[in-house]
Amino acid sequence: MSTIPATQPVSPATKMITRLLSSALFAGIAGGLIVALLHVFLLSPVIIEAEEYESGNKYHFAGVLEGADPGHHDTMEEASDGHQHDATEESWAARSLRTGLSSVLTTLGFAFMLIAGFAIAERNGIVVTARSGVLWGLGGFAAFHLATSFGLPPELPGSSAAMLEQRQFWWLGTAIATIFGLASIAFGKNWLHWGVGIVLVALPHIIGAPHPHSFGGVVPPELQGEFVSLSLGVAAIGWATLGLLAGFMWARQAD
Amino acid sequence: MTTATKTAEKADISILSITLMAFIGFSIMFMAGFANSETVHNYEHDTRHATGFPCH
Repeated sequence: MSTIPATQPVSPATKMITRLLSSALFAGIAGGLIVALLHVFLLSPVIIEAEEYESGNKYHFAGVLEGADPGHHDTMEEASDGHQHDATEESWAARSLRTGLSSVLTTLGFAFMLIAGFAIAERNGIVVTARSGVLWGLGGFAAFHLATSFGLPPELPGSSAAMLEQRQFWWLGTAIATIFGLASIAFGKNWLHWGVGIVLVALPHIIGAPHPHSFGGVVPPELQGEFVSLSLGVAAIGWATLGLLAGFMWARQAD
Repeated sequence: MTTATKTAEKADISILSITLMAFIGFSIMFMAGFANSETVHNYEHDTRHATGFPCH
């Protein structure tokens, strides 16, 4: 039997690990649920509509000829007609659950990286609060979404794009360069730091994103445009929320 | 708690734990957004598009 009294203080290492994990898990899951809802209710309907064009159930110019309002996705007759042709299609609920879980998982990944950033900051004497956490979050939005979309706008199914591996490579390189660039700008102390930061942020765009030689997507440009702005808006909301929650949890457990 | 224990509780966050957090986060993001496995791709499909990860 242990003789250690129940009031023994938690070891510093345990406390540190608890702080790292609890901040990342709480912010990632709570923020992820908000992102999941926004994805399911704002973006999935646009994706599902794009798939109608991709599969040929809808035709790009057909709606225009019939005088349909391109601002509405819920042309129920056409949609339900298209669904009957596809017997393997999963239910809306199952698809939404799958998308929701994936979105929570992605946000959780972002949360772990964000908390790693907080920890590096703290080692360098920079205090992160709920308030400054929002700025950190917007930095994450800029790196993972704004900078990457600058070269590779979020795509709908059925749009033309360059080779997948090339795009993935450019996307990851851009996100990483932007993270280090923004950190150098935000925490740099002289023009050398700021200059390096600016170069890092600009470099991926000077190199340029891989693009297809010609465009021939089947999805109407109006739908694609709407999808890009919705995707960026949702990402901004998600990251601001994630930064706020992570900063709050992080500051709460500071000594 | 006394002030003595309070100061003793304060520890620098280790480089190892920071590296692990970043690695876990990157791995989760990579699996969700980039893994080329057909099963993972199909499961994550809509989220990949919605997040803006390159897809297809």
